[in-house]
Amino acid sequence: MLQYALKRLGLGIIIVSVAMMMLFCMVYLIPGDPASVALGPRATPAMVESLRIRMGLDQPVWIQFLKFYGSLLRGDLGTEVLSGRPVLTVVMEQLPFTLALVVGGISWSVLLGVPLGCIAAVKRGGFADRVIGILSVAMIGVPSFVVAIYSLLIFAVALQWLPAIGAGEPGDIASRLRHLILPSFAVGVGWVGYIARMVRASMLETLESSHIRTARAFGLTERRIVYTYALRIAVLPTITLLGIGIGHMLSSAVFAEIVFARPGIGKLVYESISVRNYPIVSGAVLVTTIFFVLVNVIADILIGLLDPRVRASID
Amino acid sequence: MLRRILREPLGAMGLILVVLVVVMALGADVLTSYAPNKISPADRFAPASFTHLLGTDQLGRDLFSRVLHGGRVALAIAIGSTFVSLVIGIVLGLIAGYGPRWLDNLLLLVFDAVKSFPTVMLALTLVTLTGPSLLAVVLVVVIVNVPGYARIIRTQTLVLRNAEHVLAARSMGAGTSRILRVHILPNIIGPILILASMDIPVVVAIEAGLSFLGMGVRPPTASWGTILNDGFANIRDSYWIVVAAGLPIILTTLGFTFLGESLRDLFDPRLKGRS
Repeated sequence: MLQYALKRLGLGIIIVSVAMMMLFCMVYLIPGDPASVALGPRATPAMVESLRIRMGLDQPVWIQFLKFYGSLLRGDLGTEVLSGRPVLTVVMEQLPFTLALVVGGISWSVLLGVPLGCIAAVKRGGFADRVIGILSVAMIGVPSFVVAIYSLLIFAVALQWLPAIGAGEPGDIASRLRHLILPSFAVGVGWVGYIARMVRASMLETLESSHIRTARAFGLTERRIVYTYALRIAVLPTITLLGIGIGHMLSSAVFAEIVFARPGIGKLVYESISVRNYPIVSGAVLVTTIFFVLVNVIADILIGLLDPRVRASID
Repeated sequence: MLRRILREPLGAMGLILVVLVVVMALGADVLTSYAPNKISPADRFAPASFTHLLGTDQLGRDLFSRVLHGGRVALAIAIGSTFVSLVIGIVLGLIAGYGPRWLDNLLLLVFDAVKSFPTVMLALTLVTLTGPSLLAVVLVVVIVNVPGYARIIRTQTLVLRNAEHVLAARSMGAGTSRILRVHILPNIIGPILILASMDIPVVVAIEAGLSFLGMGVRPPTASWGTILNDGFANIRDSYWIVVAAGLPIILTTLGFTFLGESLRDLFDPRLKGRS
């Protein structure tokens, strides 16, 4: 087991390193040299040159790469162009908001997906099953930003049930939660279909298994069987799904932040690109990537713990 | 085969929607008399009516016309970039599956690394480099899709590499390119085409999303994403623009998704596990 975990972790580290390399290549391939980009069009050649020396751009590429790597490992992602604050601080300030959105999205996915999958499995072949099947595919198909805009239009602008903008008052949990409902719905709805299908499939499998048949033979009510015994087992594969889903939910979260004008990594990156604040862009992308690789590694290790068949396949 | 697709409600709906979208996109010039970029400030924010089927936007441009022309952009990008992704994915997959072990491992590592970037982050970073444009959208789509296709081709190639007919051909002196072209490729292309067709709604969504963020197709070109952007900016003045732009996106993605799902169920239910 430990071997599997270490292997998975090692793979994760390698992936992050490759990602860092790609990011380095991308950042230094920006048309025009980074120093003049950072200083803007009114910089004199002397200023650009002195910034180049300070940024270390006059040294050979591989030395730059090593220094880049070194400073990353020390937690120094550079300073942003506008205010000079360290990029890591700025990114860490915004990360919790995005995380809240993703957690909210997962909650919505599970809240809607599990019951739908359950119902579809129990009423297999019936009208409800077919409708849920079509609904699942529909929810997978529609892009999340369209869902975000339409739900904003319907629930916030037209019906005025929920707030349209922002993240709520700092410190006021109720307000924060109210502002979270609609955006996380937009983030989570895309995954509901996958979860419903997965729950349905694994429920159908579980309901046929021998210990369920035994429970029925003992005379336990169908309801109890379904909700107490079968569901618990059927839900396990959804953890894998959620692990994969987090990456996609991050993409949806970016749109949700922009549509609902919420603070967060997505909005940060989006705004930084428009003002050419590139250190933030690369720093934020890096932090997010590391974070999500980590989440995937943990999810995979968890799956390995829960299902020994998976451990064998990684070799 | 058509009848088999139409028998399932999913397939029937999907096919109808897809045909509708394609016909409207191709017939854009014929179906409407307004030019998509013709500004008419007097008619700003008009609601849907018989003169303007979907209303007008903030510059008085007819939305129905813009939506139809946007459909052309969406379909062109969807088909074009999917094609490019397929070609690159197949080539890389064949190399990974048939070539030396170290190359395979290297390619796998690169694929996994690319897939570990959340799509939008990758897109935003790429746009930082290239600037907003149609090319940026195509590039994003290709980079996002290639690892998936390549992996499948690679797996299938690995399986077929040691098949009897391949070994026989090799023993008769067939070169690598002949083996790949004649013996391996025709056998693995099937599932990939189905998966590619299921990716079309994703591509449409990516294009619309990037254009919505201002990072894809540039205004004043009509693309569903740019119309949505206009609508969102002017949502207080008229909700019609947003509705008009969202509708084709929803119909197209739903249509292609339904069609793709029913095609997959018909031809290869084994693919059901892939999300």
